Amino acid sequence: MPATDIAIVGWGQTPAYRRSDLTEPQLCMTANLEAMAHAGIDRRDIGFTCSGSCDYLTGGPFAFVANLDAAGAWPPISESHVEMDGAWALYEAWVRLQHGDIDLALVFASGKSSPSNRLELYPQQLDPYYLEPLGLDPLSLAAMQARSLLEAGKATERDFAEVASRSLRAAAMNPKATVSGEKDADELLAADYACAPLRAHDVSAVADGAAAVILATAARARQLAEHPVFIRGIEHRIEVHQPGMRDLTTSSSAAEAARRAGLADRPVDVAELAAAFSPQEIILRQALGLGEDVTVNPSGGALTGDPVMATGLVRIIEAARRVADGSAGRALAHASNGQCLQHNLVCILEGA
Amino acid sequence: MAQPCAVIGIGQTKHAKARADLSMTGLVREAAVRALEDAGLTWRDIDALVIGKAPDAFEGVMQPELFLADALGAAGKPMLRVHTAGSVGGSTAIVGAHLIESGIHERVLSVAWEKQSEGNAQWGLAGGRSGGIGAGGAFAPYVRSYIERTDAPEYIGWQVAVKDRLNALKNPYAHLQLADITLEKVKESPMLWDPLHFLESCPSSDGACAMVLGTEAAAAASPNPPAWILATAVRSEPSTFPGRDAVRPQAGVDCAHDVYRQAGITDPRAQIDVAELYVPFSWYEPMWLEGHDIAGPGEGWKMVDRGDTEITGSFPVNPSGGVLSSNPIGASGMLRMAEAALQVRGMAGEHQVEGARVSLGQAYGGNAQYFSMAIFSSSPGRPGA
Repeated sequence: MPATDIAIVGWGQTPAYRRSDLTEPQLCMTANLEAMAHAGIDRRDIGFTCSGSCDYLTGGPFAFVANLDAAGAWPPISESHVEMDGAWALYEAWVRLQHGDIDLALVFASGKSSPSNRLELYPQQLDPYYLEPLGLDPLSLAAMQARSLLEAGKATERDFAEVASRSLRAAAMNPKATVSGEKDADELLAADYACAPLRAHDVSAVADGAAAVILATAARARQLAEHPVFIRGIEHRIEVHQPGMRDLTTSSSAAEAARRAGLADRPVDVAELAAAFSPQEIILRQALGLGEDVTVNPSGGALTGDPVMATGLVRIIEAARRVADGSAGRALAHASNGQCLQHNLVCILEGA
Repeated sequence: MAQPCAVIGIGQTKHAKARADLSMTGLVREAAVRALEDAGLTWRDIDALVIGKAPDAFEGVMQPELFLADALGAAGKPMLRVHTAGSVGGSTAIVGAHLIESGIHERVLSVAWEKQSEGNAQWGLAGGRSGGIGAGGAFAPYVRSYIERTDAPEYIGWQVAVKDRLNALKNPYAHLQLADITLEKVKESPMLWDPLHFLESCPSSDGACAMVLGTEAAAAASPNPPAWILATAVRSEPSTFPGRDAVRPQAGVDCAHDVYRQAGITDPRAQIDVAELYVPFSWYEPMWLEGHDIAGPGEGWKMVDRGDTEITGSFPVNPSGGVLSSNPIGASGMLRMAEAALQVRGMAGEHQVEGARVSLGQAYGGNAQYFSMAIFSSSPGRPGA
């Protein structure tokens, strides 16, 4: 395992807009400038840049190329891009920092989902030979996952509503959230199904937005930040794609990533989970073994603001924020990619 | 602090206009299985995967690595998906190398692919809009500018087109097999984007490439000779801005100098034995020879004219036949890395350059703005003068 300690020393994020008139590079620019100002660095100090986004959200091949402008790529920069959530861009940058020849990296992520329709878009993310022709949309897949959870006796529809109620209440304290409110489970359960057994409150508020993080080697981090947030472990695992070949009521990949990242070494105080559907929070809590004493999604989570492709990186920021301000000694951040939690990343953060 | 990294397995598909016999899944598996066989490994031995391809719109699939995970034995493992435009194949190999150099993994499988027959690449290259000018339309003005800058004769492009296609005849995996190609035929082929003729342009291919990357211990245990990665670098710059030199992009200059410095190369022309450069249009051979300071200003085309870049020349370029002979876009960059590695392993078959010890693999993409490069060597130490 690598020996180099890496810390988060700055971050920035736009609000999770229901619909933004800003272009994707403009959203990225806002987040990047905020992150660099927070870390107290200039873009010329950065040794490596990595971003995460997805062409298909805006519907234009090479959409990420324009985002280079937000990284200030002149003079030319050492840079890479993943067609994944920005949490994986952070992973790639963390790997790059292990080499020891550079000490600062910029990670950013962005998504503009407003130009596309989730139900029409995501079938194209499924196996084009066996799944996509079935017309399976993400809502139906998530509902299937929720149904299997209910039938396994691992949760009830009220549990889903409790997750949504708590998330909406927490989001009221988060100026970046898309939706928030005071609604108890009874009130939420009175609503019609959007796709049984899911109601509208069980489905994330898809948003436009961007986020950015500055990573530093330990030595540089201590110069830059009074309270650097150290990455104690970061791991990710993928599962088979075919939903029929997986136990959808658990997440073996999230559990394995957490085990490798050292979750069991010490209890965490806070967990930010990228659950785009309320049943997924329950699945992840159980898979990760998070007890009642762990505060889950104090930001309101992905449910109340889901800037797709940045959502995972935002979880890392929200967890880091709580370690930095002392409200958590140790925190877990989670990111997910694909349908029904196919691919999961776990990052464990601690103060010095 | 970085650990040594070696290429211990290489596999590629037979590239073709349409591999109608294979699904996308079958295509990536064909390359990956061959790489594992070369490395003497099974799927079980792989710790992590890195997958790369150019825009998903080329095939009309979104994040296809999610469904390819099953066939590539990725379940239960870490998998990354890289996308850096045309340079992506190179970047995908480099991200894999980083996972070894950082000490995180022992053996990583990097796979890059494109199945262009599934969709319309010209539409994709136009950003998903109609009326696109294609890559050739984008690059032709830069080529014209190079010609004016260096006073190169127009037959230089034809020479490169013929040389790479004749090299491809020695490479059983190459898409184009044009045994009867001549300077005259290139010259007489339709003018697509002045000064680029049809036969000076790359084909549109289905294909995949895979590399197994490993630590010193993994290299010691592998049945075939390794290629040691002495250096890797990536550079990017914005697509366009006033004053940008698109003929000799600064990102390409910086990237080259970075890999030379890391590998201890002070005279690339003398210390590199063979180069696989991303040449999708004939003129990019002399342009990159100059753009990466292998040749001085105006000297690149003279190297071509003298035959220096032939397999038997003093500085062979693209003995595999290059992008001009096979262009599955997402895989093309990794094919450059793989072919450069094959050369220093002495495993390039009929297109082997005699005595190749040090090689350069290079890929570029976007509006000639993304670069990825690596230096490979038959031995783990820095090359001599």
